[in-house]
Amino acid sequence: MLAEYGYVLMFLAIGCVFTAVTLLVAGLLRPNRPSPEKLMTYECGEEPVGSAWIQYNHRFYVIALMFLVFEVEVVLLFPWATVFQDMGWYAFWAMIVFVSLIFIGFLYELGKGALQWDKPQPQIPRYVEGVGVVPHHWKPESEVADVVGQPAANVSGSTQDTATE
Amino acid sequence: MDPLIFSILVMLAVVLLFMLPSAAVAVYAERRVSAFIQNRYGPNRVGPLGLFQPFADVIKLFFKEDIIPDKANRALYILAPMIPVATAIVTVAVIPFSEFVYITDLNIGVLFLLAVASLSVYGVTLAGWASNSKYSLLGGLRSAAQMISYELPMGVALASVILFAGSLSVVDIVGSQETWWNVFRNPIACIIFIVAAFAEANRTPFDLVEAEQELVGGFHTEYSSMKFGTFFLAEYMHVVIASMLITTFFFGGYHLPFAGYWLPEMGVIAKSVLDISVFLAKTTFWAFVFIWIRWTLPRFKFNQLMRIGWSRLLPLGIINFIVIAIILYYLG
Amino acid sequence: METFFFFFFATLSIAAAIAMITSRDTVNSALFLVVNLVAVAGIFLLLKAQFLAVVQVLVYAGAIMVLFLFVIMLLNLNSEERFFSEFRIKYGIAFILSVLMLSLLVYAVADATNTLPVLSPDSAHIGTVEALGDTLFVTYILPVLSTAILLTAAVVGALMLAQRKNSGKKES
Repeated sequence: MLAEYGYVLMFLAIGCVFTAVTLLVAGLLRPNRPSPEKLMTYECGEEPVGSAWIQYNHRFYVIALMFLVFEVEVVLLFPWATVFQDMGWYAFWAMIVFVSLIFIGFLYELGKGALQWDKPQPQIPRYVEGVGVVPHHWKPESEVADVVGQPAANVSGSTQDTATE
Repeated sequence: MDPLIFSILVMLAVVLLFMLPSAAVAVYAERRVSAFIQNRYGPNRVGPLGLFQPFADVIKLFFKEDIIPDKANRALYILAPMIPVATAIVTVAVIPFSEFVYITDLNIGVLFLLAVASLSVYGVTLAGWASNSKYSLLGGLRSAAQMISYELPMGVALASVILFAGSLSVVDIVGSQETWWNVFRNPIACIIFIVAAFAEANRTPFDLVEAEQELVGGFHTEYSSMKFGTFFLAEYMHVVIASMLITTFFFGGYHLPFAGYWLPEMGVIAKSVLDISVFLAKTTFWAFVFIWIRWTLPRFKFNQLMRIGWSRLLPLGIINFIVIAIILYYLG
Repeated sequence: METFFFFFFATLSIAAAIAMITSRDTVNSALFLVVNLVAVAGIFLLLKAQFLAVVQVLVYAGAIMVLFLFVIMLLNLNSEERFFSEFRIKYGIAFILSVLMLSLLVYAVADATNTLPVLSPDSAHIGTVEALGDTLFVTYILPVLSTAILLTAAVVGALMLAQRKNSGKKES
């Protein structure tokens, strides 16, 4: 049995040695004339701003956590799938219950929107009767006037837009 | 000859005479097929029909200056390109090429494949992180999230294949498809697996990892010379391997369609030659499909990618698994 | 040959563990832990526990360590010193706990040296998936089911934490 895994280990060794040798040979062949500009991080030709190692969206963390839970479930499916035809009805349905339990938790997650990635809200100008095409954040004059005490500034700009169309 | 040395030589031959040329052929095929699809000529100057183009590319990459950015994490920057190639080569160890020709038959073959796939996440992610470039980091993070998300549908689809075979050994799974391929018995899992295989290989429409319009080069923005070449090689190795896995698990491996019903008994040599040619033909077909899709479909957005993986493929896969299990238990 | 591989994996895992603790960079630490986990999987394999070995790689090295890496990148713990300067009081507690753990381990190892069972040839099949499936889903079905409940609770709990954090600093 162990010999079978020995082959796998040998393949792993071949893979590692092969890439290492390739990189080493390339290292011997190629020129090496570094300059500060060459060694600068690429940022569209500008001076890089700060480090890239910053905090990022925590959704990646939620994804990894969900992945972990389901990975355990999937791993437990495999031994069951190999022997399920020889098992009694009790063991068979127990696994169905197991999968369903985790599936219910998953549906709860979906319902809560945990796996919904942020979508940018489309900011589409719209047409208002009597006013013309207005920006997405436009409100009727009466509402704005109540709060601020003067007509919204963007109304005149939007009517000009209508004129050009 | 010492059997140990002999087997090492055989394995070296498999890797060097099969994996590397197949990657080179895939690179060439990609360029020719894309040219054909876009009504161009493609590479046709180096050698007859441009056949030596991949070699010219490799020689060029060997002689290019290598740049390691000042701010990068040097050790990880150098380590990262080795991981995808090593995982690609290890995968070949469990794939049966013929009824008699396979390198090793693991009792836990399918789980082994999944484990290797889960380790290959590190290559792209570390490349993105070690470069310390914003584009690379975004590409690396996307790739990690994408690969772990699509590993689950892939695992569930494979679990439903195990229901038919009753064994985790890849050799047994191919053996169980002698009469009916799994694509006929288990079509939903087949579709899920193919989609997940595309995502795991980071190919269009799932190539957000290196989306050139927004991320410059994605995780390999900072890579140059042979280190970039290694990533390039790994990408095409993964295309070839994904094609092999699709063939092995769902399209009967080395079996001709319904071979169990009509194929007569053959000698070992004749059968091996037939098997290997059938297997290679199927693999070539799927590699072609990979290229074809790349030049046909546009790229997903990231929220679409996550939605397909988590709220479409995964529930579909789990329901498919339960339904097939119940059917097999009560009718099989 | 087996002895050679045992020493190979044992040395590799210990070296990786030491490197993990002494490494200054947290991402390097996490990767040394991956090497350590894979080496331990190799030792499981030598004990003929095939399923356990592959699950060790799949779940620990593949899933948990990706989670760790995400957390490290999420919290931006590039300099370990900065992280530990905020938890200076806990050094003492950590020291006591590790001494306790070490003495427990030493006690367990010292206790077990004379009682290693002689393995029969049939025991090679214990680690296979089929044998494990039979045991897991027939004898130990209740613990497996409670695992499902535990996992579901973990998912819901993690979601609650993440969502609270989200509403706390929206649009940050």
